[in-house]
Amino acid sequence: MSDTDATRPEAFFFDRFGLDARALEGTLGTALARRADFADLYFEFRTVQGVALEEGSVKKTTHSVSQGVGVRVLAGEKTGYAYSDEVTVERLQVAATHARQIASDAGTSGAIDLRRGDAGHALYPLASTEFARPLPERIALLEAVDRAARAYDPRIVNVMASLATEEKIVLIANSEGELVADRQPLLRLQVACIAEHAGERHQASAGGGGRVAFDFLVGDEERALAFAREAARQALVGFDAVDTPAGPMTVVLGPGWPGVLLHEAVGHGLEGDFNRKGTSAFAKLMGERVASELCTVVDDGTLPSRRGSLNVDDEGTPTRRNVLIEKGRLTGYLQDRLNARLMGVAPTGNGRRESFMHYPMPRMTNTFMLAGEDDPADIIRSVDRGLYAVSFGGGQVDITNGKFVFSASEAYLIEGGKIAAPVKDATLIGNGPDVLTRISRVGSDLALDEGIGVCGKDGQSVPVGVGLPTIRIDDLTVGGTRA
Amino acid sequence: MSAAGPLEHVTRAVERARQAGATACDAVAIEAESSSTSVRLGEVETVKLSRERRLGLRCFAGQSSAVASTADLDGDAIDAFARQVVEMARAVAPDPVSGLPDASLLATDAPDLELADPAGLELSPEGRVERARRCEAAALESDPRLVNSEGAEFALGAARVAYASSGGFSGSYRSTSYSLSVSPIARADGAMQRDYWYDASRSLARLAEPETIGRTAAARTLRRLGARPVPTQQAPIVFDPQTAASLLSHLASAACGGALYRRASFLLERLETEIGSALLTVVDDGRLTRGLASRPFDAEGLATRRTVVVERGVLRSYLLDTYAARKLALASTGSAARSVGDVPSASPTNFHLEAGAHTPEQIIASVPRGLYVTGLSGFGVNGVTGDYSRGASGLWIENGELTHPVEEVTIAGNLLQMYRDVEMVGDDLTFRSSIASPTLKIRQMTIAGR
Repeated sequence: MSDTDATRPEAFFFDRFGLDARALEGTLGTALARRADFADLYFEFRTVQGVALEEGSVKKTTHSVSQGVGVRVLAGEKTGYAYSDEVTVERLQVAATHARQIASDAGTSGAIDLRRGDAGHALYPLASTEFARPLPERIALLEAVDRAARAYDPRIVNVMASLATEEKIVLIANSEGELVADRQPLLRLQVACIAEHAGERHQASAGGGGRVAFDFLVGDEERALAFAREAARQALVGFDAVDTPAGPMTVVLGPGWPGVLLHEAVGHGLEGDFNRKGTSAFAKLMGERVASELCTVVDDGTLPSRRGSLNVDDEGTPTRRNVLIEKGRLTGYLQDRLNARLMGVAPTGNGRRESFMHYPMPRMTNTFMLAGEDDPADIIRSVDRGLYAVSFGGGQVDITNGKFVFSASEAYLIEGGKIAAPVKDATLIGNGPDVLTRISRVGSDLALDEGIGVCGKDGQSVPVGVGLPTIRIDDLTVGGTRA
Repeated sequence: MSAAGPLEHVTRAVERARQAGATACDAVAIEAESSSTSVRLGEVETVKLSRERRLGLRCFAGQSSAVASTADLDGDAIDAFARQVVEMARAVAPDPVSGLPDASLLATDAPDLELADPAGLELSPEGRVERARRCEAAALESDPRLVNSEGAEFALGAARVAYASSGGFSGSYRSTSYSLSVSPIARADGAMQRDYWYDASRSLARLAEPETIGRTAAARTLRRLGARPVPTQQAPIVFDPQTAASLLSHLASAACGGALYRRASFLLERLETEIGSALLTVVDDGRLTRGLASRPFDAEGLATRRTVVVERGVLRSYLLDTYAARKLALASTGSAARSVGDVPSASPTNFHLEAGAHTPEQIIASVPRGLYVTGLSGFGVNGVTGDYSRGASGLWIENGELTHPVEEVTIAGNLLQMYRDVEMVGDDLTFRSSIASPTLKIRQMTIAGR
């Protein structure tokens, strides 16, 4: 797409669908015609352009356009939600009538007067031309990625690379009279390499992106080629991997992507919905000690150009930097409007949804631990026997009993303070409310991930970021095969 | 808005793409409506109504192709969309293997697989709430330690799917789905546990009673109270049907065409070799009556079928779409699936391990010391090497009896070795989801605990 008005996204919706502020006000009035606390409309227009390469050439290009509107009504703890992929005044009225069925009769709705609300930050001010490049340019990029990965080592026998360019325009109107719009670009390059030698095969992947211009991948830093070489390098590590030990040991996590630990071990457990309902292992721990004094953990939706960042969340609330754990003490939950209201606190800018087909929930943005003072090399030297994990596949948590797992895709034994043989993929398992209490060293090398994270909750996926400095965890269970 | 349905949309898209110069093309369209109602602690928590219509079109310009999807289904919009996809295809490098399936392979029959039960769609909003409420109440009333809940949800949906290709196929089918689930939370000694249970069916009348689902969820949750890790060791592992099904899903992924021609599967070059114990016979049945993944034809218009993937431990067939089949010099198994905006790729339908001879009780009784796994977490499965390491929870078996609950352990091994090490297969196969397994016993895996 090229003809979107980047500066005034609300005009885009009004022009495209023949709507005006009065039509939105009328719909909100219908939504509130019963006894309800709040109503909002979420308009979305999303284009995703994809190219994918395998076996040396781009064989697949995709283009999808989705558009629609979701109408939400809140009454007490109840949520009514209806959406339509036809955006007309009639469909809006039908959706509003469906959504309000959770509210009891006897309405008291007053007139709603929409005005432009706080548009939040300007974290990704990109023109479409900087972002959505012509197909031949995108194809050329993937071909260069393929060559770089194969040139890394002759054992690289296949390269799969894909580039997704997504542009989402949203307009949010609510019963408090706020009208907020945003345009959200998102770029993601993924490279997977298969290495084969003497009948043995290994696969690894790397990638990156964010709310960035296409030049992020092709500029002086040649990030795209660096991702290609990184995927190739990791795939080759597999040939030397030995069986992973099983059982508790000292684990050192490298900087960056291993921050998925925070996402699983504490992040989900601090989401407002689980804490309001008392279903999280962190419920009632506010102010308590949940980590060592070395740990300060934040969720920050305001980092420029980051994958997990947003100018406003999907309820129109400007995002914030929220301190979740400060020097070991639990200080904050992540809130959307519903849970903030029911818990008597302010929304934190964490109300997010996958698309207009979904209602918002409290979700993370970019979650990371602040840097400490230790030299990362010293941290490794301090371990006589342990595991050094630098890359992870993904993780999962049971927020009720607090048990979380995350799976290392590149890890090494530490022997006598030195990095030794690589080990096979293994899952690490622990208990969210106490794993951070066993962090004994925090490095000075905070890094954020490269920008490919996806978080799933209740069937909804949203882009997120994580980050971590090098840390040492005393006593974490490593799920290897060598008992 | 036009009143046309998916079959009209795909027919029009194929016709217009041909006119715009596509040398071949195919289209898939879906029209779906669904509703979900959740109840938490006896009160309605959410009501959600969804309505979706989408069209996907794949166009070939010679051996080059592109795919696009749209929700704008106005007649003129489809015409413009078709022209755009043909243009996109022309910009892509040719792929000599690409193309539609040979016309002689297209499905010619249209079996009634009983995929739709429209009568259930008439259930009133109050009736939907009532089902969820009864289900949660039955769970919470089971025991005073069940003090909280993530709620119960009743969902129903109806869809119409259509496919047409320039190769001469057009067809459509309807389906419905109904499900009910509940997730209660138990508390004892300051610690909480949750678990869940559910049922899903094509027919409302065949869905399990709300009380049955609720009581099962309660029992599964209560038995987790007091869970603790066990020492690190090697021991036999018994997987309950839910967790055993995940081992089948890893097998299905490795048997699918895409992973094979990309050389990213641990089943590569293993056709007609022994990949598992003689107790393993695995079938993918695209025409199972009322099956949750059944369909009369696949996403390229080929007839679906019953494919024996593993026969008494020997790998007999992969699951292939046309493209993967050509890459591997084999024939398609009618396994093509596709989301509306993507190219077809092989995927399993009703993929299951055939039932064995033993009751679950007999299997547990055969274990002197080991782990009965009822929950798995994380993504520690390497589809290329088969290396396996996942978080596990369940119950400890001592002298053939279930003793205390276990959590915060991992189980690790290699899938090929695990399939070979299957020692017993249960007689308790039930299709609650499209990938299903009876209880399974594996001779030995590594448990990492404290």
